[in-house]
Amino acid sequence: MNIVVCVKYVPDAQSDRTFNAEDNTTDRANVDGLLSEIDEYAVEEALRLAEAHEGEVTVLTVGPERAADALKKALQMGADKGVHVCDDAIHGSDAAATSLVLAGAITKATGGSPELVLMGMSSTDGVMGVVPAMVAERLGVPQVTFASELTIEGGRVRARRDGDTASDTIEASLPALVSVTDQINEPRYPSFKGIMAAKKKPVETWSVADLGIDPAQVGLAAAWTKVTAFAKRPPRQAGTIITDEGDGGRKLAEFLSAGKFL
Amino acid sequence: MAEVLVLVDHVGGKLRKSTAELLTLARRLGEPSAVHIGPGAETAQVTLAKYGAHKVYVVEDAAAEEYLVAPQAEILAALVERTSPAALLLTSTSVGKEIAARVAVKTGSGVITDAVDVNAVDGAVSTTQSVFAGSYTVTATVTQGTPIVALKPNSAPIAASPAAGVIERVEVAISEAAKSARIVASEPKKATGRPELTEAAIVVSGGRGTGGDFSPVEAFADSLGAAVGASRAAVDAGWYPHSNQVGQTGKQVSPQLYVACGISGAIQHRAGMQTSKTIVAVNKDEEAPIFELVDFGVVGDLFNVLPQATEAVKAAKG
Repeated sequence: MNIVVCVKYVPDAQSDRTFNAEDNTTDRANVDGLLSEIDEYAVEEALRLAEAHEGEVTVLTVGPERAADALKKALQMGADKGVHVCDDAIHGSDAAATSLVLAGAITKATGGSPELVLMGMSSTDGVMGVVPAMVAERLGVPQVTFASELTIEGGRVRARRDGDTASDTIEASLPALVSVTDQINEPRYPSFKGIMAAKKKPVETWSVADLGIDPAQVGLAAAWTKVTAFAKRPPRQAGTIITDEGDGGRKLAEFLSAGKFL
Repeated sequence: MAEVLVLVDHVGGKLRKSTAELLTLARRLGEPSAVHIGPGAETAQVTLAKYGAHKVYVVEDAAAEEYLVAPQAEILAALVERTSPAALLLTSTSVGKEIAARVAVKTGSGVITDAVDVNAVDGAVSTTQSVFAGSYTVTATVTQGTPIVALKPNSAPIAASPAAGVIERVEVAISEAAKSARIVASEPKKATGRPELTEAAIVVSGGRGTGGDFSPVEAFADSLGAAVGASRAAVDAGWYPHSNQVGQTGKQVSPQLYVACGISGAIQHRAGMQTSKTIVAVNKDEEAPIFELVDFGVVGDLFNVLPQATEAVKAAKG
């Protein structure tokens, strides 16, 4: 089974994430980046499935040059080859344009017949959680998203999806697109051997035109949504902090009572 | 006045609280029309009309219940084509956002998710979002197609504004392609008697500091009529279900009051609760980053502080 895993290079949540003042896009140049954490679970799941079903794992990213770091991490974990869609035209793309590029790249990477596409349920920067649904829509394959458990047998996908009100079991036939949560597995750390092997693994770099997509369809100018302003949230006013000296609970209740929460 | 479509968020016909919030917000943009997919529209109609629905489009098709997301997206895309609304509003849950995403691609429309506010500004739909773990506020507009906006629960106080709520039954042919990811089983979450996490006005959460014993957290939550949340550390340790996880990879909540008990306040957790109106923390470690966020903090052992607070709250409530 051939698996394509889509991963994203994101600004590190531990650093001070911000925007570019000139075009209101996410600052990806001046902030340290890394493979989006939830995508590690997708890579891990792909590796486990490939081991069980004798498959090959292609890891795919769309992003600036530095996004190659995200590919590298996935290759070090054990993915077989990488595809990097890298094109200045993509800068500022919204979710819809990103899904267009991903769908195009998945199609090209699989010769038009993907078997299984894996993604994280959302990125850790945009956190929309819509790209997997959009890519499924564009590829015309079943959408099996937010999987916290996944089994593949006899060409059928079966997943557990925990919602707000119920835990659902979803079934679909391959080819399918699956997005995973951080409940699905425990991602491996790259081994020394994996790190060395990754250096020799092939990575192809494609432009938007290579995918047969008109560059005018992607990027900031083509986005269907526009950030009109951004503002750093004012720091919360320093609150009252007390040390419990035997009456901390009562004081807490008094605070809640004064705030009319009771 | 232009029509604004609002997807009714319901479970087997029982309305979720966000529906009234969406209708309240939709009135700022135009004349709300509710879209009720599935059974129970006749019962829901009274509430939908109360909060301003002029029309209630009802689509009953078994496929929308049986298959994940795609059939509902086809129904909404068909209604968008038919009514050319000023906007389509949905609840920003995982399902709501995915439906929005597919309608956006189908209709060539911009989609904004996780909005906490929506307004008409110079004839355009303008949204407010809180991003990067609540450290930035962003305003955005949709520049193409029908503005599709998914709003987080608790984004607006609900206000009644009675309208006709005329039921209009609609038939939409669902394609075979949309019937591909089948929901073969659905196990309702165990009833706890507590409010649902994302809808609750008050959330009390426990973390590593509980050591696995959530009983003081639950007792305090119950005294306040609150929902119970958990940090990722507590969920990863198997102490509480993932469906109660608050944080980047769990639920994002925005209640009136958030009480963090034995939670250090790592970025992963802050991403899920930083927009709460009032924040309270109880933690043994006075250096815990959670104290940077609080309106009121108690440095102390939650096993002493919470039971005492629970008794005091019960006494105050009589």
